Amino acid sequence: MTTRPEADANSAHPFPDFPHPRSSACPFGVSPEMRALRDRGAVSRVRSWGGSTPWVVTSHAEQKALLADPRLSADFSHPGFPSPVDPEKAGRGRRDMSFVGMDDPEHARLRRMVSGVFTVKRMRALRPVVQKMTDDFIDSMLAGPRPADLVQALALPLPSLVISRLLGVPYEDHEFFQTNSRTIVSSVATAEARSTAHTNLAGYLDDLVARKTTDPGDDLLTQLGERVGAGELTRQQAASMGVLLLLGGHETTANMITLGTLLLLEHPGQLAAIREADDPKVIADAVEELLRYPSIVHLGRRRTALEDIDIAGETIRAGEGVILLSELANRDPSAFPDPDTLDLTRDARSHLAFGAGTHHCVGQPLARMELQILYPTLFCRVPTLRTAVETDQVPFKHDAVIYGVHELPVTW
Amino acid sequence: MKINVDEERCCGAGQCVMLAPEVFDQRDEDGIVMLLDAEPPAEQHGPVREAAEMCPAAAIRLSEGT
Repeated sequence: MTTRPEADANSAHPFPDFPHPRSSACPFGVSPEMRALRDRGAVSRVRSWGGSTPWVVTSHAEQKALLADPRLSADFSHPGFPSPVDPEKAGRGRRDMSFVGMDDPEHARLRRMVSGVFTVKRMRALRPVVQKMTDDFIDSMLAGPRPADLVQALALPLPSLVISRLLGVPYEDHEFFQTNSRTIVSSVATAEARSTAHTNLAGYLDDLVARKTTDPGDDLLTQLGERVGAGELTRQQAASMGVLLLLGGHETTANMITLGTLLLLEHPGQLAAIREADDPKVIADAVEELLRYPSIVHLGRRRTALEDIDIAGETIRAGEGVILLSELANRDPSAFPDPDTLDLTRDARSHLAFGAGTHHCVGQPLARMELQILYPTLFCRVPTLRTAVETDQVPFKHDAVIYGVHELPVTW
Repeated sequence: MKINVDEERCCGAGQCVMLAPEVFDQRDEDGIVMLLDAEPPAEQHGPVREAAEMCPAAAIRLSEGT
């Protein structure tokens, strides 16, 4: 990466170090370091791993514009791509995340092989199935001992079961794919551990896709197997897409389920409105605000500039890394008045929790639907639900690229 | 009001289908936008503007006026 004169660390205004851990003192707040980054402007440079000096984008408007800008590449293999983990400590590892790390047109070609699963129509049809699954997991939790760990009782199993059904993955294998998924999104796991976890999952999905060709089902892996047969996909590409959807389909939603539940418990007045709501729009609005507020995608969305880009008074040069911090966009006062206040009645729909542009989360219609069912069902069926430990005793995931909690002891 | 949709940019999020179902739909095979009415009646203009504003891929363009 080219170093420009003002990038000199000895200058009067050296670039601040990035990243920094999320503050454990205030798990839902914006840390002082992140506030300081925002104060430096909408677009500024930071000093990161190995002395690299990528740009960070802190404002909502600029992030939205850049995420939809084809002059930014999401290709992980680009030499200027800003690594989300320290390559010195963890190595680049194996980061084959299918079309997430690709640009159009190949990105769109692969993505559109799976995006039909998440249409509005399909999600409406799936709603009663997800409602029944939610009720069943809550029944099991209520029949078990108190306190229960909400992560294991509900937050992980529900989205795992749903995505397993859509893909055609046997749910009995959930311990295997949950454990390996957790390692892949950990930012403290070694390169070797992450690589092994990825190889495990990819091998598992490759076997499954192969099995579907002789034993087809009404599921996505069967469709991908047919595309392999038709020569549109390699087996490796199919397995890689399977890993992406399986991992993306449960790990992220599980974290939103626990963080949203915690936030609702911390705001009992607003929670009452959710419990009593009979208008689906009230629930839908509340879910958008619960997505905006904690912004679980941690450490930013990452891109490389393919051309020079003039934005917010700066010029990002071709080849330079760009990090888009959705946790700051979602607390930008020009997009969300009084942004540090949780307000379930506000219009939070323009949040960037799912990103924007061509890489906008492909599974977001499913995630939204699961959350819209889960929160009201949980709090209506378990009205006395409460945490079994103080919030400061809850183990938050300061060590993962997807923010959440490791466990959430609850009782009722 | 005249609506243009950019199928290349569309990411299939379905926001437009939920906001203005009489104007937008999705292809079953990949969720990409289908424009049902390129020049919708006045009562649809509000929802359509909202759909254009909310589109995460900025794939809906409106020409207003004449």
